Parts: sequence; structure tokens; C-alpha cells
Amino acid sequence: MNRERQAFSVEQFRGRGRFVLLLLLLAAAGLIARAVQLQWFNQDFLESQGDARFTRVAKLSANRGSIYDRNGEPLAVSSPVDTVWANPQEVMKAPDQIPRLAEALNRDTKWLTQLLTSTLDREFVYLVRHMNPAAASQVKALGIPGIYLLREYRRYYPAGEVTGHLLGFTKKYEDMGQEGLELAYDRRLGAEAGAKRVIQDRYGRYVEDVEAIRAPRPGEDLHTSIDLRIQYLAYRELKAAVQQHRAKAGTVVILDIETGEVLAMVNQPAYNPNDRDQVTTARYRNRAATDIFEPGSSMKPFIAAAALASGQFRRDSMVDTENGMVRVGAKTFEDHDKLGRAPISTILAKSSNVGMIKLALSLQPEAMHTTLSAFGFGQVSGSGFPGESAGLLSHHSQWRRINQATLSFGYGLSVTPLQLAHAYSILGAGGVSRPVSLRRVDGEVAGRRVFPENISRDMLVMMEAVVSQEGTGNRAALAGYRVAGKTGTAWKAAAGGYNTDKYLSIFAGVVPATRPKLAAVVMIDEPSSGGYYGGVVAAPVFANVLAGALRLMAVPPDGLDRLPATTLVHATTAP
Amino acid sequence: MKRLSHFFLVMGAAGAFASALGVIWSKHQARTMFIELQQLTMQRDQINIEWGQLKLEQSAWATHGRVEKMARADLKLVIPKAEDVRLVQP
Repeated sequence: MNRERQAFSVEQFRGRGRFVLLLLLLAAAGLIARAVQLQWFNQDFLESQGDARFTRVAKLSANRGSIYDRNGEPLAVSSPVDTVWANPQEVMKAPDQIPRLAEALNRDTKWLTQLLTSTLDREFVYLVRHMNPAAASQVKALGIPGIYLLREYRRYYPAGEVTGHLLGFTKKYEDMGQEGLELAYDRRLGAEAGAKRVIQDRYGRYVEDVEAIRAPRPGEDLHTSIDLRIQYLAYRELKAAVQQHRAKAGTVVILDIETGEVLAMVNQPAYNPNDRDQVTTARYRNRAATDIFEPGSSMKPFIAAAALASGQFRRDSMVDTENGMVRVGAKTFEDHDKLGRAPISTILAKSSNVGMIKLALSLQPEAMHTTLSAFGFGQVSGSGFPGESAGLLSHHSQWRRINQATLSFGYGLSVTPLQLAHAYSILGAGGVSRPVSLRRVDGEVAGRRVFPENISRDMLVMMEAVVSQEGTGNRAALAGYRVAGKTGTAWKAAAGGYNTDKYLSIFAGVVPATRPKLAAVVMIDEPSSGGYYGGVVAAPVFANVLAGALRLMAVPPDGLDRLPATTLVHATTAP
Repeated sequence: MKRLSHFFLVMGAAGAFASALGVIWSKHQARTMFIELQQLTMQRDQINIEWGQLKLEQSAWATHGRVEKMARADLKLVIPKAEDVRLVQP
């Protein structure tokens, strides 16, 4: 026992002790080396692997700005929808689930199987785009592996056809304006999705924000100048007139004279921006801003204005229309009615071409051009509408006498309906030009004086004769309000000349004539039944729309003295 | 002297332990609150979405065309004729 104890003395195991110590040291050295290797040389790789396992970049969705009318009624709103997508490789691991899936998607089973088998080499395939969120969550609830939802936004236009041309639309599956105001204000309306880095737990919940990569930027809202009530009224009346006269197309533009705002802008035929698959792209055009036409007699007030501005004529000057015929070069122009010597207001009221030619030919071409330019002809109105046309007005140095003569009754230049409405609004504003605005304007707009005020006022007085009982535009008359306007019936230009059986019927004017608030243009293209004169086809639309618009805008009547006496009741004697 | 250093050692150990618990607690708190924040953000988004949908629904019901149709057809409303209108003047 003692001997054995002797045998196990410390001395005896010193060698082993050292050996074990050495092993431990080696192990420690190994660990340190490994740590150095991991920390120093493999750090980037390992960190990125770690991140890949529990950090995620989360998308912070932001939606496109809404579009409102001037009273805050929504015209275009983005609403979330869900897109269902699949990873075909995962889904096809359990092909027996496909019929259930197809049912939930409301799609054909065969179609779905075909789609999934033909895309087996991919990891992403859209199944249904833009599903309503409630239906999509039912699909998700089936719990089929490999089926995912993607949050997207769809644009809705509650007013549909009524605002179709004006607003335009966004690309079908993208938050990007393609036509109309959606395109014009795309930069402001468009949203930018943000992103942040987060840490995810085992259940896919975000447990920590690591950093914000990009803050989401929701689109700005756009408040347009449109008054949806007036817009609807214009839409309804125009549609009825286009149908009644079996016309090809039509346009109504209404401007607020005091601010230059567009209150309504409608075209026929219209389309519904919510469902435009069946519509040809030609229908998308907003004719009011993009299409040009020869304005015919609706041009005459501006020629008369130029004549007054020249100082050669006054409001009560007489013009000799002789026996209703005038010869310019090789061409002879004729009037419907022989007016003889008549005041300018009668020339306008009866829309005498001969009288206008006489006025125009007495003017210096340069002075005439200056006046027409002052009223904005040949220039874009500044509305910023995509594709807005400037119309056509050739330079006076290129005019011959015959050009000057035809110009006086609205041929040889082209305008857009918007431009014509703007020109009338300048007359209505007493010669002050305010830029056309499709955005709501708060407060006063100073504008720029382009024409003498007294002549503008004189013109309005003369243009009231057009809407008088004897005038061509008597159907534009309104109860309680005085109207200053002008009819136009223009032949449509065709290859090599004019198509004398295709017409544009136009009525343009301002109300109330004594304190103008609204300027409007009604244009109806190729009416083919029930007359074609501007005073017959377009003037009633003008009257119907503006009667409503004046009431909606609470414009005080200025023509009460012309109402039948029974209509007026004194407050004290009212029943 | 020895006793004093012993005391500090125990105190230090206890302090370290307490602070470790504190870290655990605050981390847990942070995560719980973060999850709550996430849920509230989601709830806010959801409510915003619903508001947008309701706004759309409202404007769909209140389309001028629909209101007019109902006024004319169901309620038999008419715009008074010019001769039926009396303008009251002060």
C-alpha cells in the first residue's frame, strides 16, 4: 500500500502533467487561431450570412396622391389591391391542391395547371393581378405553400366617364401617369416607396428596426379647378346633344373669367377610365385641348374688336354691306340676308360675312395680327395639359387680301376649344388675360392687360345682340341673366378645300354680360340630324349648362328687368 | 482590508448580475414595444385603406348620374319651369 503510494508520487506524473498541459495549450491555440480566422478573415462573409438569415429589407409602401375637384370631391383615388403570385416549384410539390387554389382564384383549373407546369423553371409567376383584398386573403388562408400576396395599388375614378378625358389615367399595373392630368402632374402625384432594414424573428415578425434605408414619400394630392357638379352638367347636356343630332363628337369648356380656372372640360364620345380595355386609343384624346379646328363665325368678335381698336370704327359705326355681296380678288362672298347699311352689332347678330370682310380689309394686317395674338390665338393657353395644341395663326407678313378676308369669318386659322374659351374670357375680363389653370386657384389673379377695357366692354354689349330675339344665337338666352356670345357654323376642312356638307356647330360666350363670371365654348362636330347651325345645335347646350352653372356658383342675376313681371316678387308682398 | 475587498467583489458581482438582468429586461421591453408599434402602424394603414375605400364607395353611391336618376325616377322630382319660378327681391 505504502509502496504503491510511493509509486504515485507527484514526481512520477510530472511528465504526464506536462503532456496534458501541452495538449490544453494546443487546444487553446487552436481556438484562438480559429477565432482569429473567423473574426479577421471570414468576418464579411459570415456577417452577410447572418444578416441573410435574420435581417430583411422591408418595403414601406406609399400611395399615389389623390385628385380632388375644387370642392374636395374625390376624382381619382388609389386603393390597395392584392396581387397573387406563386413559386411554381413549391406549388407543384403538392399538385393536389391546385383545384382548391383555382376555385379560390376564380380561375380554370386546367389553365392554372398549365400555367404552373410551363413555368416550373421559374421561381415567380403572377397568378392573378389586382385582386380585391378580401378575396385575396381567402386565397392566402388556404395555406397552400408557394402562394404569396403582393400589395399593390389600383387607381379608381369614381366619376368615370364624366372626368375621363380630363384626368386621363395611369398605366395599368404601374403607378405612372399615362394621359391627361395624371400625366401632367405625374411628378407630384407619384409616390416613392421607402425601405427599411429590420430584424425578423422565427415567425417572420419584425422585432427590431435596424436602419431606415429610404423614407417613403407618398404622392401629393392634387386639387383641380374642376367643379364636378358643373362638369357633370356639361357632360350630360353634351351627351344628350351629340345623341340628338347624331354628331361625331363634341366638346364643352367652361372657364372662370375672374381666375382663369377651368371649371369644366368634357368631350364626347367619352370613355370610362376604370374599364378601358375595349376602347381604342383615339378616344383617349382630350379634344378640348389637343384638337384644332377652324372657328368660323365664332371668330368675328375678335375681328370686330380689332376694328374698334384701330380707331376707324366706333360702337355705333355703320358698315355698308351693299347688296350682301363682296368681291375679293377672284372670289365673291355672299350673305344669307341683305343687310344694307348696318351697325356692327347687327353685323355680329346676323353673322354677316360681307360686313366682317369690309371691317377686316380696312385694317392693317399687322394691327389685326397683334389683336388676334393678344387674345391668345396661335399660342398655348398655359394650362399645362399634355399635348395641348397652340392652334395655327400664320404671321401677317404672309397674308394676302384674300387671307385677311377669310380670316374675318374664321377660316385660315385654327384654334382649340380651350383656346377659344380663353379668348372669350379675355373679352369678358375687360381685356385682361389670365393664364388658364387646371389647378384650383385661391385668391386673386392679377392677370395681364392685353386689350383696352372700354373696347372689351363695347364688344360685350354688341355680342348681346347675337343672343337677342333677332340674333342667330337667341337659343342661348338665359332667364334672368344677360348673355354675350357668338354662334359659329364652320365647314370642315377636307383634302383640297372644304367639305360643304360637314359642319362644326359652335357657340361661345360669356355670362353674365354686365359682370362676366363664366366663359364657355360648346362645339359639336358633324351634327347630322336636326339642323347644323351653331345657333340651333350648340346654343341650347350653352344655355342649359350655364343656367345650371350660374345657379351652382350663386352668381347674382343681372337680367331681372327682362323677366316677365309675374316672376318677380317683392319680399314684403311675398306669400 | 481583506473583508472590504471581499465586500466590493460581491457588490460588483451583484451589480453586474443586476445590470445583465436589466439589459435582458430592456431588450425584451424594446422588442415587445416594437412589435406593438408595428401592429399599430399596420392598424393605421388598414384604417387609412378603409377610409379610402369608404370614400370611393361614398362617391360611387353619390355619382351625379345616379342621384339624378333616383330624383327623377323614384322621387319624381322635376326642375320647376320658368313660369313657376318666383324671384324674391329684398
